[in-house]
Amino acid sequence: MIERLARWVDRRVGGSEFAEKKLTKIFPESWTFLFGEVALYCFVILVMTGTFLAVFYESSLVDTTYEGSYAPLRGVEMTAAYHSVIQLSFDVRAGLFFRQMHHWAALVFVAAIVVHLSRVFFTGAFRRPRELNWAIGVTLLLISLIEGFAGYSLLDDLLSGTGLRIAHAVMESIPLIGTWTTSLIFGGPFPGEYIMSRLFTGHVFLLPALLAGLIGVHLALVFRQTHTQFPGPGRTQRNVVGARLWPTYTAMSFGMFALTTAVLAALGGLVQINPVWYYGPYEPFIVSTGAQPDWYMGWLEGALRIFPAWEFTGWGFMLANPFFPAVLLPTLTFVVLYFYPALERTLTRDWGYHHILDRPRDRPIRTAFGAAGLSFYVVLHIAGAQDIIATQLNVSIVSTMYTLRAAALVVPILVALITYRWCRDLAGSSQRPARAGAEAEAAQPAPRPAPAYGHGASPAEEE
Amino acid sequence: MSAESKDGRDQRVATVAATIAFVVGIGGGIAFAIVYSVGAETGWYTQALGGSLAVATAAIGIGSVIWAHKLMPHGPEEEERPFPGGNPDERAKMLATYDDSLEEIGRRRLLGRLLFAAVGVTGLASLFPIRSLGPSPFPERARTAWNRGVRLVTEEGHPVPVDELDVNGILTVFPEGHIHDADAQTVLLRVPSDIFEPLDGREDWSVDGYVAYSKVCTHNGCPVGLYQVETQQLFCPCHQSAFDVLQGAKPTFGPATRPLPQLPLAVDGQGYLIARGDYDVPVGPGFWTWPSAARQETG
Repeated sequence: MIERLARWVDRRVGGSEFAEKKLTKIFPESWTFLFGEVALYCFVILVMTGTFLAVFYESSLVDTTYEGSYAPLRGVEMTAAYHSVIQLSFDVRAGLFFRQMHHWAALVFVAAIVVHLSRVFFTGAFRRPRELNWAIGVTLLLISLIEGFAGYSLLDDLLSGTGLRIAHAVMESIPLIGTWTTSLIFGGPFPGEYIMSRLFTGHVFLLPALLAGLIGVHLALVFRQTHTQFPGPGRTQRNVVGARLWPTYTAMSFGMFALTTAVLAALGGLVQINPVWYYGPYEPFIVSTGAQPDWYMGWLEGALRIFPAWEFTGWGFMLANPFFPAVLLPTLTFVVLYFYPALERTLTRDWGYHHILDRPRDRPIRTAFGAAGLSFYVVLHIAGAQDIIATQLNVSIVSTMYTLRAAALVVPILVALITYRWCRDLAGSSQRPARAGAEAEAAQPAPRPAPAYGHGASPAEEE
Repeated sequence: MSAESKDGRDQRVATVAATIAFVVGIGGGIAFAIVYSVGAETGWYTQALGGSLAVATAAIGIGSVIWAHKLMPHGPEEEERPFPGGNPDERAKMLATYDDSLEEIGRRRLLGRLLFAAVGVTGLASLFPIRSLGPSPFPERARTAWNRGVRLVTEEGHPVPVDELDVNGILTVFPEGHIHDADAQTVLLRVPSDIFEPLDGREDWSVDGYVAYSKVCTHNGCPVGLYQVETQQLFCPCHQSAFDVLQGAKPTFGPATRPLPQLPLAVDGQGYLIARGDYDVPVGPGFWTWPSAARQETG
């Protein structure tokens, strides 16, 4: 059977030699390499569950009255969009299950990307020759955030409508093009006539197509450039030590897919998420207290809350307040992410190829910088719930906000100092042979006389 | 016990475990199909769907991982890295081929430039339809549906008589004919007359303790819906901005920078509250062209 298929393909397309090489391709094994795979499989689940949802969803702001099976909303005026979500949740078989699974998959998807990015960062896997794949990965994160927000906004419930109102304000605050761009995207003054159908087009067509394409390139580059590996006996810059793609790695990876699906199915079935029928349909003049976005938007929500009340007017133009926390901050965040490999290369003057990963403790400055950065976003994330913190802890919102403002400035510095110190202590206390081994690996690339491979190339060669 | 027989026993255990897992997987898959078909009327439908699918896929996953880990070859095997790759000779050849191709078309320099220009012009022209996406933000962004003589109505559309609110009462109002309009939404408050001092220039903007402010937060546009009577503050639940009702809704806390615009009020012949005009500045969050929009309104 396989033989006949192989002959059929080979006679028409060829490529048996290529396929043979791929079957025996070696992948190093480490549990830390799994997060990217989890993200990939979340994406697969998102496409499958999302296709199911798209069949029932209606991207329209036309007013209708609900007459379905959920009694508390009967007779309530709502948009066709929200109406279709309530119908999907209560009157379509397995509709609520797939909706919840889709939402959970989105939350885990972004989380897996962030953890994967952190792993790549702290182990130095972004270094030459993998800078391009780092940039593609950062782009995937960026698109995922937008994709998640767009999907969340489609439901047109009270929470998502409020989120969209804030997004409108943020978009309007963009210098030069903000006012016009916002009007074009929303199709008129808020809430705009066409925003739902545009979010839908973006969420189910444009952004997933971009994600799928870039994921393809991301994986193709991993294949082409081979995977990095941790230092260890017999592992060098010039080899890959691990298991074969077929059958071992394929079976492992398929197992990961099944397990990811299992977790998402369990979450989607057993753990309620985004019960929009409680929130009610969106009306621009209604708002609830204690409103929270999906987790991956928490840092922006927090930044909007604790950023000082600054706004600048001059020469007939205004830099509105949301610009700083919600336009400038994310822009800087992604600029730093995109350019970090170049920045580190320039500062360390290390132009060599790196296939052997760092242990974070052996790169105390990078590790301290990364930990400080993460802690900054964690503080912002916490600030996104400052009203809930204030009510739960029974402290005033005033002191909560000033504490969080101070924390956003002080915590990253403290975390950096502690991490640096900790790395130094760990590196110093770890066993001599392992440490010596790591140093030997790190020192290896430069002295090797291998001109064809371009080790330790100059910056000029880099271009 | 020798190492070999220990390995053999490990493999037998792994085989049994994977077998059980895959059988459970088959059972879970059947369970999912049954739950889907007959479970819709039960109160645990969603949970049973998730549970059965989770059991099926978890079993498949666990079985696969056991198989891969314990029963498949792990080596560790070694492969040479093709990277750091790139072959300078091939690169030079590629560039040479490209240069040759340039030479071949080089004699048609004018054609090349014209093609470039035509594609450029057409490309730029094809950007024009972006304008179809939406209307100009102006003058809508600079003004709202409020106008001189327009009645205040509730969200149900009822006009508001002067005795509608008790002191310290709050009501969301809209311009008549524009109920639920996002930009025109307004909070109508009745402040105790003994503590209310109108701002300079706004002496005749309030009636009988009634004062009206835009409900659109000047920070991010959320509805400023919470009214704390003891401190006479309006509070936005989204990002915790607070506005002092007694001082022209000046921001007192949080990220908001500008006061909520005040709607000048009057009473019509039948005793209903009306607006004396539109807001004197654009409502809601700031934007790049806010200053010129504000001038447009006053001018």
